[in-house]
Amino acid sequence: MTDTKKLIQLLYSISDTIVENAQFLTDLDAAIGDSDHGINLARGFKKVETELPALEDKTIDAVLKKTGMVLVSTVGGASGPLYGTAFMKAGAVVKGKSEIDINDFLAIMDAAIGGVQLRGKAVEGEKTMLDAMIPANNAMKKAFDDGKDVHSVLQAGVEAADKGVEYTKSIIATKGRASYLGERSIGHQDPGATSFTILLKTIANAY
Amino acid sequence: MIGIVAVSHSQQLAEGVIHLASQMAHGVPMEPAGGLDDGSFGTSYEKIMEAIEKVREQAEDGVLVTVDLGSGVMTTEMVIEDLDDDLVQMADCPMVEGTFAAAVNASSETDILKLKEIAQNTWNFRKIQSEE
Repeated sequence: MTDTKKLIQLLYSISDTIVENAQFLTDLDAAIGDSDHGINLARGFKKVETELPALEDKTIDAVLKKTGMVLVSTVGGASGPLYGTAFMKAGAVVKGKSEIDINDFLAIMDAAIGGVQLRGKAVEGEKTMLDAMIPANNAMKKAFDDGKDVHSVLQAGVEAADKGVEYTKSIIATKGRASYLGERSIGHQDPGATSFTILLKTIANAY
Repeated sequence: MIGIVAVSHSQQLAEGVIHLASQMAHGVPMEPAGGLDDGSFGTSYEKIMEAIEKVREQAEDGVLVTVDLGSGVMTTEMVIEDLDDDLVQMADCPMVEGTFAAAVNASSETDILKLKEIAQNTWNFRKIQSEE
């Protein structure tokens, strides 16, 4: 499915997509957050890009770990520690591998979700990125168990993540700056759930 | 001696809190860690790490870290995990009151966990006495 070279290409694509969507994500964040989500993530992934050429002969986990560390250091908002921890935990479950398959990817998703839950002390239903990540992961596991191919598994994840983003419009935020808005956060989609969905779509489009 | 680091999304806020606390507690090692490296809004892993390490060198009994909110908490948590030093602790407290209370007790209290408790007890501080 994916070797280091492909992973690096994916990270370039993710960076491009995040940069293209920076204004959109920041506008979403302006409604309920501190209007920096897109700008912050774009800054982080641009910095990740500068590190990628030096990682070409490294293992998958080294690339994921480095990506996480760069995001923690450069993003500056809550998405830094959250995405940073997600990438670092993801790296830890594929330690030493220079190629991963869809099974590994599902393990990576489990670890990433665990990392976000650990760092953000959040659960599903709090209007966070987890509301896209968890349903996407469940849908991908189901598709995998049903014997679907990589493309279909990832598409199932994207569809569930999109639904998760829609769901965040209907619920009250209880984490982050949006939680101070209480019921006024209803009607707005969560920027973190949205950025995760954009990231997963970018991965899915490559398979 | 225990030292103190104040973490904020705003460089000015972190500096202000430390400025205020240092007026009340002379000789306590204290450092602000506010904003990103270029001074813009956010929390920086490196800036927090550097501030804690700088204070820790002068504070043999540990460092208490106070934070404003959100990513400040998460980024500080990551720095503390990576430092792996039991004498570096983050307090769950109102930033101004907690930093202040910790600062005035930092020169006499040598138990980092007790100082953390002092800072955390400031949730119960009242500024205006209720008439009830």
